[in-house]
Amino acid sequence: MDQSRHKLFDSVLGGLLLIGMVVALYMAFLGAPREQTMGDLQRIFYFHVPSGMMGLAAFIVNCYASLMYLIKKDRKWDSLALSAAEVGVVFFTIVLVTGPIWAKPVWFVWWTWSPRLTSSLVLWMLYLAYMLVRNYVPDPERRAMMSAVFAIVAIVDAPIVFFSIRWWRDMHPSAMLETGGLSPAMWPAFLTCIAAFLILLIYLIRRRYFLESARLEAERLARLADLAR
Amino acid sequence: MLGKIWAVFQKDLLIELRTKDSLNAMLFFGIVVLVVFNFALESTRDTIRQAVPGVLWVAFVFSGTLGLNRMFASEKENSCLQGLLMVPMDRGIIYLGKTLAAAVFMLIAEGVIFVFSLVFFNLTVWAEIPYLILVFFIGTLGFTAVGTLLSAIAVNTRMREVLLPLILFPVVLPILVNAVEATGIILNTADYRALKLPLTIMTTFTIVFATLAYLLFDFVLED
Repeated sequence: MDQSRHKLFDSVLGGLLLIGMVVALYMAFLGAPREQTMGDLQRIFYFHVPSGMMGLAAFIVNCYASLMYLIKKDRKWDSLALSAAEVGVVFFTIVLVTGPIWAKPVWFVWWTWSPRLTSSLVLWMLYLAYMLVRNYVPDPERRAMMSAVFAIVAIVDAPIVFFSIRWWRDMHPSAMLETGGLSPAMWPAFLTCIAAFLILLIYLIRRRYFLESARLEAERLARLADLAR
Repeated sequence: MLGKIWAVFQKDLLIELRTKDSLNAMLFFGIVVLVVFNFALESTRDTIRQAVPGVLWVAFVFSGTLGLNRMFASEKENSCLQGLLMVPMDRGIIYLGKTLAAAVFMLIAEGVIFVFSLVFFNLTVWAEIPYLILVFFIGTLGFTAVGTLLSAIAVNTRMREVLLPLILFPVVLPILVNAVEATGIILNTADYRALKLPLTIMTTFTIVFATLAYLLFDFVLED
């Protein structure tokens, strides 16, 4: 696709995102029924869970892009890996902020070291570490290489972290989704939110990717200008 | 291949034995950590045995990080790394040799720190020692398997010594959690069958990351 088609695609995506977010807000706050025991508090679920899903998806994109960079050594894969990691960290930050807000009134504690909570926190830290690696390598080629290697270490580590603490007692409501315990009346709102967040994920990664590409291009031109002088 | 690994290992061992740069620092830092924890946990003197596994492993990994930091930093001086890279062999060999050296230094430090902890925390262990050695051994191998790779990454950055712990500790968390768990089982319950799960996870972690690092090491050292 050439530049103008990319622009058009992004505009369409942006329009869809606007509509999707408004619909998602309506569905989550007004469309979905009130939960019996938790009341309106449960509505945070419609933002918490989709954020977590999109965060995970972003980290998988990051891993794929890193692998492709190691194979092809093409800078565009590195830009994609960076964009996905940054967006993933943003989504996981939302997860880690909305979680305690919900937990305080329901569990009476902000935080507990349960497997899900701990592994989410560690995952978030792993990708912050990834951004640190990027931050501190001055040479662009080397930065791409080092961060790609670290990205693979991080994604391999994530399931081991999860399994190594899995036998701890878990109070996080997971069974609700896995056993289909979510009330049928809540599904439309939940699915709308997932769709809206998916568009947000794609939109953000795309925007960040084009920003990074533009930055690389500016860097290249500045180098050329330096040479010409 | 084993001969080459041994050669890299021997080189590092010889340098360390001549200079004693990192080993001195590792030992001293580990003991300092023990002393600091002793004051931090003063009020809970009766339950100190419960806290010892955690304290021990914090001391181990802190002093181990100090050693890992020097692993490649010393190679950068006088362009020793270039010399090492010119040797016609698989780069993974350098990784294995270095990991072995790092693990041996760490195990030496751990032995000394452990003896100090026995004195400081008034512990008596005899029957437990073979099991403890097993846990220390696997835990250290797992820690250095990742640590050596990340140390090679960190040495490329502007903030070498600062960066390594920041990127290493989140990754080695499974080792830390299970090593503390296993050490706790040995010291506090003596129910050795319960050791199976933490040891399995630590061994899996070590094998997975040693293989991964062996494959990826080439990219990290590329000039």
